[in-house]
Parts: sequence; C-alpha cells; structure tokens
Amino acid sequence: MSSDHVHKTYKLYLGGGFPRSESGRSLKIERPTRSTNRSPRILAQIARASRKDLRGAVEAAQKAFGPWSKAKPMLRGQILYRMAEMLDSRGREFEDLLVSFGLSDRRQARLEVEVSCNRLLWYAGWADKLGQVLGTVNPVSGPYFDFSSPEAMGVVAVYPGEKPALLSLVSTLAPVIVGGNCGVFLVPYEAGPIAITFAEILATSDVPGGVCNFLTGTRDELLTHFVMHRGFQANFLVSDDPREIKLVEYEAADHVKRGKTVPLGTPALWRSPACQGLDWISPFLEIKTTWHPIGL
Amino acid sequence: MVQIKDRYRLYIGGEWVAPSTRQYFPTYDPSTEETLAEVAKAGPRDIDKAVRAARRALPAWAGMKGAARARVLFAIARILQERAREFAILETLDNGKPIRESRDIDIPLAAAHFFYYAGWTDKLEYALREPGHKPAPVGVCGQIIPWNFPLLMAAWKLAPALACGNTVVLKPAETSPLTCLLLVEVLEEAGVPPGVVNILTGAGETGAALVAHEGVDKIAFTGSTEVGKAIQAKIAGTGKRLTLELGGKGAHLVFEDAALDQAVEGIVRGIFFNQGQVCCAGSRLLVEESIENTLLELLKRRLSTLRIGAPLDKNTDLGAIHSKEQMTRVRSYLESGQDEGAVLWQAFFEAPKKGFWCPPCLFSKVTPSMKIAREEIFGPVLTIQTFRTPQEAIALANNSNYGLSAGVWTDKGSKIFALSKQLRAGVVWANTFNQFDPASPFGGYKESGFGREGGLHGLLPYLARR
Repeated sequence: MSSDHVHKTYKLYLGGGFPRSESGRSLKIERPTRSTNRSPRILAQIARASRKDLRGAVEAAQKAFGPWSKAKPMLRGQILYRMAEMLDSRGREFEDLLVSFGLSDRRQARLEVEVSCNRLLWYAGWADKLGQVLGTVNPVSGPYFDFSSPEAMGVVAVYPGEKPALLSLVSTLAPVIVGGNCGVFLVPYEAGPIAITFAEILATSDVPGGVCNFLTGTRDELLTHFVMHRGFQANFLVSDDPREIKLVEYEAADHVKRGKTVPLGTPALWRSPACQGLDWISPFLEIKTTWHPIGL
Repeated sequence: MVQIKDRYRLYIGGEWVAPSTRQYFPTYDPSTEETLAEVAKAGPRDIDKAVRAARRALPAWAGMKGAARARVLFAIARILQERAREFAILETLDNGKPIRESRDIDIPLAAAHFFYYAGWTDKLEYALREPGHKPAPVGVCGQIIPWNFPLLMAAWKLAPALACGNTVVLKPAETSPLTCLLLVEVLEEAGVPPGVVNILTGAGETGAALVAHEGVDKIAFTGSTEVGKAIQAKIAGTGKRLTLELGGKGAHLVFEDAALDQAVEGIVRGIFFNQGQVCCAGSRLLVEESIENTLLELLKRRLSTLRIGAPLDKNTDLGAIHSKEQMTRVRSYLESGQDEGAVLWQAFFEAPKKGFWCPPCLFSKVTPSMKIAREEIFGPVLTIQTFRTPQEAIALANNSNYGLSAGVWTDKGSKIFALSKQLRAGVVWANTFNQFDPASPFGGYKESGFGREGGLHGLLPYLARR
C-alpha cells in the first residue's frame, strides 16, 4: 500500500448494509511508531458500535434466520464456495491489509489468506452432508418411523480473536452459518478493517443480508451487552482470558444458551486442521427427533 | 415381593457407608403418606469421598476392553429383566405411579437402555465421526436425576456413561431414591467394579456440592429449568462438560383432518401419563377452531372413564401425585388458571383420605399470556387453545421459552413434515405422543436444555477423543 493511500473509514456491516454506528462514534487505528516524539500516523477509522447497534444487528439476524435456515443446503454450500472464490480473487488486497495494519508479516499473511480460502471451501462442502453425517434413522422397538436430523439453532454471538484477524473470523464464521445459523460478530478493535473488508465479500457472494453482522469497537464495552442479550441462542468465544470466559459462560445460563470456547492460539494453530472440524459446526445445531406410526 | 430395608446408607467405592452428616431422612409412599425407609443424607465429605472413589476406579474401568465392559452392561440389562416385578413394585411404592406404567414402561425401558448401550462399548469409534481419533471417556461424571422416572432416568444416565468407560457419582432425587439403591444389588451382581458407580442420596444441597466439586469432569442433570440454569452458571469457566434435560411446555396440535378418536388417546397419553409429571408432557393442546367443541366433548367422555387410585392396582390409570410439595404446586396453578379467567373442568373423583391426588383437569378459554399456558405445571392439567391456520398453530406452539416436545395430529403426510420442520422442539411426535426408546435421541431446544440422551447422539456427551 502506498503511503499516500486514501484514509479510509470502515463502517459496520449490519443487515446487509454498511451503516455508521447509530452513536456516530468512531475509533482511530494508528500505525505503531518507534519514535516517541512523533505522533503516530492514523491509518484508518473504524466505527465504534453501541448497544443500540447490537440490538439492530440481532434483529437483522433474527429476520434473516427463517429464510437462511430454510435455504436448500446445496445453495448454502454454493454461497460459501462463492465466498472462497471472491476471497481468492482479492487475496492480494487482504495480504496488504494484514501487513499494513501490522497484523502479520508478508509470509504469514500469504499463508493466512490461502488457508482462509481453503477453509471456506472445506465448510462449503459440508452444507449438504450434515444431515447425513449427523442425522440418524433410529431402529426403535415399535411400529414407528423414527429419525433424527440436525437443524439450525438460531442466532449465534461470535467473538473471534484479534490474530490471525482474517483466519480467526473465517474459522468461526463458516461453521456457524453453514448449518443455517445467523451470527452477530463482535470484531476485535485491531481486526476491524479486515472484517469490514471481508464483509464486502459476504455482500457480493449472495450471502443474504442479516446472516452475518459485524460490529466493530471495543470488546470491553460491547461484551457485557452481547452476553446479556436474550436474542442469542449460543456463544462462540475465542479467548484465553479466564474472566472473559467465565462472564460469557455465566451469563449464558440465564437463557440456557449453548456454546463453544476455543483458545486464542497462534497463527500456526489456526492454519492447522485442528481449527476446523465437524465439532466446530455441531455445537450450533440442534438434533430434532421425529416419530410417526407405521401401519395400514 | 420386594424387600425394603429400614435404612439405607451411601454407596461409595463398592461399600455401604454411613454418611458423615449422621443424618437420615424418610422417603414416603405418596399414595398412603407412610414411610417406606430412611435414606442417608450425603454431606460434602461424602461427596469428596465418592468423587475420589470414582477417580480411582477410572483407569481400570476405562482401560478395560470394550467387549468386557459390554458384558457387564448386558448383565445389568438381563438381571433387571429378571427382577423386573420387584423393581416395578418398588418404583410404584416410592413414586406413586400406576404399576401398569412401571411394569410396562419404566422398568423394561431401563433394561433396554443398558442392553442398547452395552452394544456400543466396543464400537465407539463408529460414534466419533472424526477420522483419525480414538474414543476416550470424559472422566468422572456427576449425574443428578429427577423423581418422575427414578430408575429409568438412572438408566438413561448410567448406561451411556459406563459404555464409554466413565465412572459415576449418581444422585437420585430425595423423594424417590429406593430403586436406585436397589439397583446397587444388580450392579454388583453384574460385576461393576467398586467405585465405578457411587450413589449418594440427599437433597438439593447434595446435588449442588456435587456440581461444585473440582474432581468432577462432567455434569448431567435432569430436572427443572430453574435448577438447570443455576448449575450452568455454577460451572461457568470451569471447563466441566454439561448436559441439561430441563422443563417443557409441549404443544400438542390437532387439525380437523386428524383421526379424532386416535388423537384423543394421544392427548390422554400426552398429558396424563405419569399424572402429567413428565417434562415432555403435551400440556398445551392447540386445536383447530372448527373441531374444538367436538374434541372437548370426546375428551371429557374419555377422561371420565379413567381410573384414579391405588397405584399398585393394575387397573389404575392415574396414580398419586408424587409429593405434598408437588400437590401444592399443581393446586396453585389450578387456582391461578381460574383467577386469570380460564374455565376448569375436572373429571369426577373422590380422593382417598390419605395421599396426594389430583383428577384429570382441562382448562378451556385459555389465552397465551396466562400462567397456566406459559409455565410448566408438571401435573395432570391440560390447557386448550384454538387456532385457525397452520401458521397460527406454529406461532402459538413456538411461543414458549421451552422447546422439548411437540405433537401433531393430521392425516395429511406432507402437512406433518411441513409442520414438524417448523416446530422448535427436540422431539416431535406425529400422530402419536410420549413414545420413548433407547435408540431414539431425546432432548430439548431453548430453555429445555441441551445435549441428547438415547441413541448414537446420547453417547456423544460421554465421549472424548484422543
């Protein structure tokens, strides 16, 4: 990125649009500087989401849940595939962003983008297989046809980690939405520009508005509002902070929310197959069992 | 038929030991209010002892060949079948449920659960569905079970836990501990090694101490949503695994094209099975407006033929309400429903002088905001609301914090699938209700809890991977 690049303001991604925070607040992202007597250069501005933005995001996600959870599984798979294509074609841009915001070195940034694409592809293929791998026909001892199948859970509160900014977002987003859930993402401050640029990929990959909503700002301020919101059915937390983990899991009890907590890890860990799997999808699915008598 | 001791101690590490609290409390026959036996009240020191015993027993039990563990579980199933009459009588005495139910449902299903999961012990790789991994037990499991199906709930908890190589500290409900204590004889005879299953009797505080114990890797709880939430909050941030099977307010939808006579039987089974003291009871009847009067008349006629009384009489349809506490709770809802303007109809019934009894109750003119339509009553009380369109039926059904069970009656197949997909409940019974099977996963959506019991899905909460 050239030094005379356009100073950009990254907005929120909410209900398929890119609004400013209703609060009008924003935060500066500064380039770290070695010298102490020079003021740091402002790289960009990100929106600082408020509690009211969160309410709007949850409503948008709830509205999107019906159609998205009922969408044909193959269609969901194709949309995830399209996301991978779009990310691939804009790969260089993401590498540059990761480097210029000081989130990664060039080599790791290249790997991060590559693995992010592959991960989207991997999850894309799951969309129309979950029913067969997680579902069962149950051999009950009676004249009944009895089967169990996975269903989307609802709206998930997702807390990706700061680093690796892109891969942590992709690795938490794909498993949540592939099964038909919608998500509201509390994007860490540093990862704001990456997430909002990634939202452009969502918006141009036929992901319906409201399926993913990104709120940028400060985790400390928004976390309490997120965990107390009863519109969420589950939490997906990336964290090593025992107080944060306890807060999220404790407040979940009030509404019997489900969840998954994974450690902050390292970029290398996030690139490994340990950070993808069926058990990244299944915590956000319900199993429904249906019975019907058999007889003439 | 069944020998009941005067007094039961705690079962820890394969031995009966006196409780550190030195306290015992009585358990009653709810149909006569007579004391059946006294059971020990476990204190924190006993819990610690039991968790340690379970920890000590873990390596050998988990390291045992799957096929060898299978033999133990198969033996439990067989011995339970052999002693089924004894267990059925004891269950009915301690719980108050009709002998017909304990004989035909509770005990055979409990045995079937052990038989089903016995077969899984040496096939756990097939359940993992994660290539390249080996199955492993989760560790020491604290299991807390309710009073409505005492032995059956113990079987639901123990069978999958033991099949995966876990060890257990089980706490039965304080008002119905006897069949779990009798189960010890079966476990010993079947060759369950000392410490693999420990049984601690006690009330809520015993359960809370078990949940809080640092040596427990997993908690499985069946009971009220209120207590379930407290458990979930308690273990937040500890890394303990948790499954919750909580309350419900099952919607039971009847469309005008349903086979009404069969639907009536289904409705009765849905709400009056076990006196309605069932978490998945079909307690909210939603009827298509055009058939409301017809269905109500059919129901009243059918309910008038139900026999309420001595639980040990094999002709009895409805037994005793389980406890004084539960009776008070049901009564308060009967009052609240009438206060809020619903119309109560009760089948005629003369209650015996002793014991806790409630005839089948129907509430009509119910609106969704009434307490009786929103809260779990856990008694033989059915609320009736009407709908005009399938969309309205779905909206009414899903308008609940609970999501355990739902029922649909219609003769049209495509309608069943369209509706069952939209019902936010873990179990949907179409043209039937309250069916259970060890091979069939059971558990809720929303505030009805998480995790499944039964079937392949029921193994997963007890299975770790290496």
